[in-house]
Amino acid sequence: MSSQVIEVKESKKSENEQLESLSKNIKRQKLFRNIICILLCIMSIFPFYIMIINATRPSAAIQQGLSLIPGTMFFTNISKLGSLSAGVGTPVMKAMLNSLCISVPATLFTVYFSSMTAYGVYVYNFKLRRIAWSFILGIMMIPTQVSIIGFYKFMIQIGLNDSYLPLIIPAVAAPSTVFFMRQYMKTALPLEIIDAARIDGSGEFYTFNTIATPLMKPALATQAIFAFIASWNNLYTPSIILSSSTKYTLPMFVQVLRSEQFRSDYGVIYVGLLLTVLPLFIVYFALSKYIIAGVALGGVKE
Amino acid sequence: MADISQKSNMGKKRKTVEYGRYGYLFIAPFFIVYAIFQLWPLVYTIWMSFMEYYSKGLKEIGPNFIGFKNIVNAFITTGKEGAVLFDTFTFKALGNTIFMWMLNFVPQILLSLLLASWFTDTRVKLKGQGAFKVTMFMPNIITAASLAVLFYSLFSINGPMTQLLKNMGAIPGNYDFMVHKLPTQILIAFIQFWMWYGNTMIVLIAGILGINPSLYEASRVDGANSKQIFYHITLPLLKPITLFVLVTSAIGGLQMYDIPSLFNVNQGGDGLPDFASTTITMYIRKLTLTSKDFGKAGAASVVLFLVTLIISLFFFFVLGEKEDRRQRKSRKGV
Repeated sequence: MSSQVIEVKESKKSENEQLESLSKNIKRQKLFRNIICILLCIMSIFPFYIMIINATRPSAAIQQGLSLIPGTMFFTNISKLGSLSAGVGTPVMKAMLNSLCISVPATLFTVYFSSMTAYGVYVYNFKLRRIAWSFILGIMMIPTQVSIIGFYKFMIQIGLNDSYLPLIIPAVAAPSTVFFMRQYMKTALPLEIIDAARIDGSGEFYTFNTIATPLMKPALATQAIFAFIASWNNLYTPSIILSSSTKYTLPMFVQVLRSEQFRSDYGVIYVGLLLTVLPLFIVYFALSKYIIAGVALGGVKE
Repeated sequence: MADISQKSNMGKKRKTVEYGRYGYLFIAPFFIVYAIFQLWPLVYTIWMSFMEYYSKGLKEIGPNFIGFKNIVNAFITTGKEGAVLFDTFTFKALGNTIFMWMLNFVPQILLSLLLASWFTDTRVKLKGQGAFKVTMFMPNIITAASLAVLFYSLFSINGPMTQLLKNMGAIPGNYDFMVHKLPTQILIAFIQFWMWYGNTMIVLIAGILGINPSLYEASRVDGANSKQIFYHITLPLLKPITLFVLVTSAIGGLQMYDIPSLFNVNQGGDGLPDFASTTITMYIRKLTLTSKDFGKAGAASVVLFLVTLIISLFFFFVLGEKEDRRQRKSRKGV
């Protein structure tokens, strides 16, 4: 009897030891993982940090090597950038304004017409409904870049080259946004509400604009953020359609930073880069919660 | 009684038909704009690939129908040694693109999987996950063009990173990344990797969180350890999402333009050194704007389109099959 008690005690002891070593192991794992994650975060931030530091240093000092302490030439670099980019045709602020002139209407078009299309496919039962939906799913995978040469020639033929319209109007047809909106409608927009609106005598477009759209607000906001960023960052189509330097968008201004005029002065290049990424930094840190939630939501759409 | 129910049925039918017409109105803007600005340009591009069509100075030659000549020329060069398949600029550019995409994708998916499994691990809970995610995802949002120029400045011959590596003794004193082919390609792939692993990680985390938690509980009760759970539950159930990531990344990677076009290029827009960082979209743009050889550009676009189509069809078949099987199974269950 007593020997049994001892045995039980011993086995309990060894169990405790096991648990202890397990928790030690977990702690070690935790430390290791934290270190790796912190290193990765440093990797994400470091290039931007050097960019900010170098934006405040004179070109000669930058060529001599890396520094982690800011210099004092920030405003000199900015004024130099101003005079240099005036010679090229588009100052930074003008380029940002140009980008805004494209991105804002393009975003509104994408969000409004995509939810309208999704609403049409979701709410109404018409003959070509299934075909229309399969078509939208099918073209989701075709990137615009493959037809760029036809797009370019066609825009010349109808006199829209070197204009903002070919960069704005195509935003009406955004298949992946339509897909996302329809998936969202399935959970957030009960058909009974629409029926109730009909009984109350609301017209179809009135129902969509005043009853359905407000219910879709969270999805609309997420998609608006993504559409805006995609349009703001777009380089390929604008660089083919736009030819006069006064119409350059922000990414095209970055392209100018790579050209001969700027090659000699490194401080000015870094200041230019800093100014081009600054608006996105602000947007990102204000909206990062929604952006990351949106990415997660978009991924599980399968 | 029967009469009444029939009548109400008819009434319902008429009602849906009546409202159904509005469906066309709602989807019309999408389809009209798509037809004009995307479908027609695509058809036009394919049409151009069958034409001899180029500008010489101010004179425009063509379009004259020449059949498959452009497309054949995109596949085959006929030189002194006879015809050589795939030895063309189109396929060189396509090869560069695929190579740089693979260099970025393989480490990207591995790291993302590892991080996703860490962030969802219930035994070893990491603190500050939100901050980690926000920081790792950040490069994805920033203008790719700016990032390309930033990295070019950092790694050019006098750039701070090159200097740092020289001081550490990792590379010889007069080393220049930009005159070597493979280092240039690796740097471009690295920027892509650096931009996208955060995004992939978040998608995979969402996928793992979508897996039924009772499966994990059951396996824990059965005495499985973390490794076994990861390999036998998480990975197999994550397959559709991993496939989705693979295909979207592959299609996006084929269109790779912003980074290589602003990284190591000359004034003409050729990827240096020796064409090694020219992607297929850069090549198409050059044929369109600089060479003004629209037939050739059309043929290169058709090649890109075909490759994209094959990849997305693969995606639809693999996933579609799965869905079918799942449906059949559930039907059997019922």
